[in-house]
Amino acid sequence: MTTEMLLTDLRLMIPELMLAIGAMALLMLGAFWKGEAGAARLIMRLSIGLLILCAAAAVWMAGKAEGTAFHGALRVDDFILYAKTVIYLASAGALVLASKYLETERLAKFEYPVLALLAVTGMSVMVSSNDLITLYLGLELQSLALYILAAFNRDSLRASEAGLKFFMLGALSSGLLLYGASLIYGFAGATGFDAIAAAASEDGAKIGLLFGLVFMVSGLAFKLSAAPFHMWTPDVYEGAPTPVTAFYATAPKLAAMVLVARVLYEPFAAMTDEWRQIIVVLAVLSMAVGALGALMQSNIKRLMGYSSIGNMGYALVGLAAGTALGLWSVLFYMTLYVVGVLGAFAVILSMRRAEGMVEQIDDLKGLARTHPALGWSMTALMFSIGGMPFLVGFFGKLFVFYAAAEAGLWWLMLTALVFSTVSIAYSLRVVKVIWFDEPAGVFEPAPAGVALISRTAALATVALVPVAGVVLATAIAVSS
Amino acid sequence: MLPAAAFYILAASAVISAFMVVTARNPVRAVLFLIVTFFSAAGLFVLLGAEFLAMILVIVYVGAVAVLFLFVVMMLDIDFATLKAGSTGYLPLGGLIALVLAAQLALVGLAWVSADGAALQFQAPTPEDTHNIAALGALIYDRYVLFFQLAGLVLLVAMMGAIVLTLRHRDGVKRQDMHRQVNRTRAEAVDVIDVKRGEGIG
Repeated sequence: MTTEMLLTDLRLMIPELMLAIGAMALLMLGAFWKGEAGAARLIMRLSIGLLILCAAAAVWMAGKAEGTAFHGALRVDDFILYAKTVIYLASAGALVLASKYLETERLAKFEYPVLALLAVTGMSVMVSSNDLITLYLGLELQSLALYILAAFNRDSLRASEAGLKFFMLGALSSGLLLYGASLIYGFAGATGFDAIAAAASEDGAKIGLLFGLVFMVSGLAFKLSAAPFHMWTPDVYEGAPTPVTAFYATAPKLAAMVLVARVLYEPFAAMTDEWRQIIVVLAVLSMAVGALGALMQSNIKRLMGYSSIGNMGYALVGLAAGTALGLWSVLFYMTLYVVGVLGAFAVILSMRRAEGMVEQIDDLKGLARTHPALGWSMTALMFSIGGMPFLVGFFGKLFVFYAAAEAGLWWLMLTALVFSTVSIAYSLRVVKVIWFDEPAGVFEPAPAGVALISRTAALATVALVPVAGVVLATAIAVSS
Repeated sequence: MLPAAAFYILAASAVISAFMVVTARNPVRAVLFLIVTFFSAAGLFVLLGAEFLAMILVIVYVGAVAVLFLFVVMMLDIDFATLKAGSTGYLPLGGLIALVLAAQLALVGLAWVSADGAALQFQAPTPEDTHNIAALGALIYDRYVLFFQLAGLVLLVAMMGAIVLTLRHRDGVKRQDMHRQVNRTRAEAVDVIDVKRGEGIG
């Protein structure tokens, strides 16, 4: 590999380089800076700035940079750059949510933002992977950093349990994924996506490849928290510190979904009919578990956990279409989902009483009367996540359903519609508590960053409606 | 003939000792069987022409990892019999799933068809004219440099995790400070006290 080749390759991974080098530089800064609290605050701010810079770099690269690097190990195109931009911005938002919380809960250490940056590097590598080895390394980088963040509050029994559970099941899923990858390598003779695509288009090798694919999709479904691989989700959501939950309910979910989409659409494009069966089963089970499980929760973080399982199901409905329209519908849906969930967690992080954080749904009683802005925000966000017409979440779902119907999956679309109505029920329950119950007490004023994100996200559920409408109309016009 | 015989012997010993790792009642014995598994795998690597990997496996896994396991197992005094007590209840269902999976694997194995030209696509065939270490180096630091660096990042995260989750700064712990000890002068180490007669040191 000559210097020019290396430089051309490195040019395609500018955001990842910025993140990795930035994370290591900040780590050094933190290790040698005198005074723990000051270092934590400074590095948190610098990390947020770095993530925004990376998002800007990704936007700048869009349209200019396209191609593969490092002998086809990494791929960059507009689809991937879009996903990266959303990941960087969502992670920056999650760090903003974390900064005040960590200080008040005596968790402020400079390692938190550095680990978050490394996790984002992992996600970034994941979404641009074009080789099974890149895929695995990116996934592992992301998950390892997230396991540590989940157990970050090491003196809390619940957080340690969440971290351990997350780690054990994550290790199991990595094992499944690797086993599948080794089978695929055995049948295709290569780990690169292009070579696998060539092998998949031949008839003879399909059974072997499919066998490997089943294991790989199972491993990836763990990371997506799609049923029946969802068992860890509610416990980890509940046990981990709230900003950590906010972090991995957003960017990693999008990264994992984009990864699944790329694995299915690129190397295994020739086997769409085969993998569609797996995705349909995952989608239907996730929607059922998410919708029915969320009805019975009393803890708002667990509710968000079940809601995320359900929402992954809807995104998989779009993926099952197997068309370009389906791919874009998934990305659109996931973007709206990330915005909604980030806002909902900002509201949850505002639920602080004099005695500490509270996280029961009953603690929201009468929120509309005691804190009107927060009450309105949560109402809009819950409706948007639940898919109530006519907030943006509804258009996201409409797009996904349209993609499924376009591909002829009518019965899947109808099933999704039924579960979608059930999922509105749990949003309605939260909204009822907010508006019609007697106030149970007041919350402390939320930190400025948290308040900003909850208001902005809530406004976005309404303000983005015209954008969503235009996107949907364009998609329908292009496809018909 | 001889390589084939060596393969079957090594493969059989690998499978049998791996089975013993899982079933052994005594954890120390399980770790020892794990070492046998590593040795068999190293032998298989030699048969494949990857001597360097075989040596690394022996040095790193047998020499460091397994011995570390042994220490941990001996120090923690875990009673595996009680840990496993509840697992018999899951045996029927788990066994059934395992059986189904094994049957499926066998079916796929029987229908094994490699893609045309799969052998040609092998990304790194065993080199003929150079030794293992040079061939591996040329691959890892050139073609696979990205993977190498990413693996380094993963290890960095693991190291940070170990520090973040376990390191505690305790107050009032006396630590050795070589610099201060060596630089101690007579003036700060020895105090000459003028004791007055009849009063003592009070």
